[in-house]
Amino acid sequence: MLSNSSMRTPLGRVRGLGSAKSGTGHFWLQRVTAVANVALTLAFLCIVISLIGKPHAAAVARLSNPIVAILMLLFTVSGAVHMRLGMQVIIEDYVQHEVLKILAVMANTFFAIAVGAACAFALLKISFGG
Amino acid sequence: MAESRPAARPLSPHLQIYRWSWTMAMSIAHRVTGTALYGGTLLIALWLIAAASGPAAYGTAQWIAGSILGKLVLFGYTFVLLHHMVGGLRHFVWDLGHGYEPQTRMNLAKYSVVVSGGLTLLVWLIALTR
Repeated sequence: MLSNSSMRTPLGRVRGLGSAKSGTGHFWLQRVTAVANVALTLAFLCIVISLIGKPHAAAVARLSNPIVAILMLLFTVSGAVHMRLGMQVIIEDYVQHEVLKILAVMANTFFAIAVGAACAFALLKISFGG
Repeated sequence: MAESRPAARPLSPHLQIYRWSWTMAMSIAHRVTGTALYGGTLLIALWLIAAASGPAAYGTAQWIAGSILGKLVLFGYTFVLLHHMVGGLRHFVWDLGHGYEPQTRMNLAKYSVVVSGGLTLLVWLIALTR
């Protein structure tokens, strides 16, 4: 793997996919979700502040508002995607053992999807489930 | 990985060799806060699930959030969230090719603490006085 015997040029190796087989997709999606998260985080903070001290019925009514519900859905989904990408980089930096690394990256994906799905399900149930 | 890695190059100096600088501290803080937010998403999921479950579960969640320990966690969560957001804005500046002069990059790192701390206090001022 670390030999100089490859006939492929360095440019040929990185063109298109690179060693990670995914090009700059990871980097770019991290930036796109980061931009989205700036606006969505501020919206999330406003929503949470507006819910302080409210009883259950009022909180459900507020969270069922279409604009609030959509902002919360976008915040939790964009946040889950962003945190999955970020944690993957941390795992790849610090976990040296190849099998452990693959398992950790996989567990990271499962965790992010599970948390995102739980938030999305709860938000949809609040809006539609009664 | 790269196929043409030359053998036996000296290792680059590691963490304990470097003198601490603001950029280094804030870079590490960005990773630490990102990791904290990763776990913190569970709190958002649990809060939304409680709201979706009914008044009793939501009441319990509100009681926990309103306790002294709950408030401490939420205050810390607010700072960590805003610190990571402001750190992200700093990275946008660098991604766009600006702010690499020695003094500018130190100031960007230094003032991201001031800005995120100030925003945290502002959020809690609004939250506690409304």
